[in-house]
Amino acid sequence: MTEREFWTVLHGMVFGTIFLLAFAGGFAGLWSLKPELITEPGIKERIKRLIIGMWTMTIMAWLTVVSGTYIVYPWYRAKDTGSPRSLLLANPDTQAWHTFGMEWKEHVGWFAPMLATAAAFIVTYYGARLVEKDRLRKAALVLFTIAFLASAVAGLFGAFLNKVAPIQ
Amino acid sequence: MNTRTDLAKSDGVAAAAVLVSAIGVFIIGSLTTLAEISESLKTALAWSGAVGPLIGKTGVGVIVWLILWPIFHALWRGKEVNFSAIYTLSLILIALGWLLTFPPVFEAFSG
Repeated sequence: MTEREFWTVLHGMVFGTIFLLAFAGGFAGLWSLKPELITEPGIKERIKRLIIGMWTMTIMAWLTVVSGTYIVYPWYRAKDTGSPRSLLLANPDTQAWHTFGMEWKEHVGWFAPMLATAAAFIVTYYGARLVEKDRLRKAALVLFTIAFLASAVAGLFGAFLNKVAPIQ
Repeated sequence: MNTRTDLAKSDGVAAAAVLVSAIGVFIIGSLTTLAEISESLKTALAWSGAVGPLIGKTGVGVIVWLILWPIFHALWRGKEVNFSAIYTLSLILIALGWLLTFPPVFEAFSG
């Protein structure tokens, strides 16, 4: 495995995938944080797990965009004729992978860490009080879901792009 | 809006976190489209030759987010704000941010 392949795998398959896979757990935890669904001791245990899980995901989201933008992306967009960007644009059949896929992915992916940070912060700051503050719980849930969707768009196009024009 | 209330019950801190993250998203979206309209802005945002204007678009969004968050946090902490209105505004900003990073939209402004 080359250095470039290593970083591409770390960016997409490790950081990005952990974020996407852990989403279901965080979503379910926040969704069911309602007094009628869990006991008081259960709430304390749930909050502790949610805080750890959401901050882990948030850190993964930051690592994904920072490694993607500052390490992997310069290799993708290098000016030489063998770079993935050059190869995609050279062929009319593959141009849209760059002009639509990459152009969308590189921008929208940055939404995830900011929104996930806000959601994780709300869960940490309010803790068990979120059970009573239903609108804040729902707002955190929505931000968290939008962060997931942004990551999903970026991850999906990243996987396809790496198949069509891998970074080597 | 902004009436002093019990610190433990205030929604102000959550409102600040939601609004400021939405502003960050909106700025990244706006700069994505504005960089297509203005070649000089695109050049100005290219803080690094290797990364190109993406570094400036996302960098400005993150820097503004980092500056505004503690300000709004301090302003709204312990205050009862109109959370519903701030939340709705935030969702509109996030939706606009998404729209402005969607390639068919920003490419329509490309010079």
